[in-house]
Amino acid sequence: MKLDDLRRLNTARQQRQTVLRITDLHGGHDSIVVEGEACDPLLAVPVSAAFRSGKSGSSEIAGRTYLIDVQVPPPQIVVIGAVNVGQVLAQMAQLAGFAVRVIDPRMAFATPQRFPNIELYSDWPDEVFATRPLDAYTALVALSHDPKIDDFPIAEALRAGCFYVGALGGRKSHSLRLQRLAEKGFSAADLERIRGPIGLDIGAIGPAEIAIAILAEIIQSLRRRSIAAI
Amino acid sequence: MADTSFRYDPLTTAQEWKVAGRQVAIATVIETWGSAPCAPGSHLVIDRDANFEGSVSGGCVESEVISQAADVIDSGTAKILEFGVSDERAWSVGLSCGGRIRIYIESLV
Repeated sequence: MKLDDLRRLNTARQQRQTVLRITDLHGGHDSIVVEGEACDPLLAVPVSAAFRSGKSGSSEIAGRTYLIDVQVPPPQIVVIGAVNVGQVLAQMAQLAGFAVRVIDPRMAFATPQRFPNIELYSDWPDEVFATRPLDAYTALVALSHDPKIDDFPIAEALRAGCFYVGALGGRKSHSLRLQRLAEKGFSAADLERIRGPIGLDIGAIGPAEIAIAILAEIIQSLRRRSIAAI
Repeated sequence: MADTSFRYDPLTTAQEWKVAGRQVAIATVIETWGSAPCAPGSHLVIDRDANFEGSVSGGCVESEVISQAADVIDSGTAKILEFGVSDERAWSVGLSCGGRIRIYIESLV
């Protein structure tokens, strides 16, 4: 592999683009294809299959073997609401390999003392999304309990096709939330994508256990989904 | 704050090592059968002094891949290695989990 090709690959990954590398395992010839770019027409079918599935593997074409190595953006978790559950969730999610971002416009909550070594924003979600947009490889977790803070990011997560959208709240507040989003034009199918009550049902008690239930539900959504469905 | 998900990223490490003037090989899992913890597309990057980052198995075949990487760096010729339980050599490096893997090793130039 050439250093210039590796640079191009890594730059695309850091910009959260899906990118793949095709290597001729006999001749060693390489090419880098960023999703949306044209590739060798001979390889168009396996390349588009790899972009859809997100899975790397080898492919036999016209008597030659190619390695198609797909790099999908690393999954990230965006937490709305710098609350107690969020403190634990942010730490655990980083250990599990997720990039984590916590957003809460309430300065008293979003402090570096409460969220050491976590990417933290004491801004409104729409201000943060302007520079750090949501995407299909993002899980959105709304924990603030406050419709003024939570509703916009939930709506934005549905529009961006986030692989997971979860919202903390009891059944009553969740049904009121669904009503507000329906009034904004979201379909019943859209609203079904919101996980509420949030987290796998493991009988969690207290912030740490709730955070585990949420993280497990995020991992389940990530690993059991088909990227083609997004 | 920097994106922490690239903190232990083998391909980022490979680029940094090469830019710093080190000789680097990249091992990529091409195919797996049966029990195998690292999916196709997993990477292990190795320098000429056998420093490494990443993984291609649960630690079973890394030592063999690292020693083969030195040959690949010296010769400049890529290699494909296959490990499985039926393979005596692989057994000796401990791929006892019942899986089989095929790995491509190349130098970064």
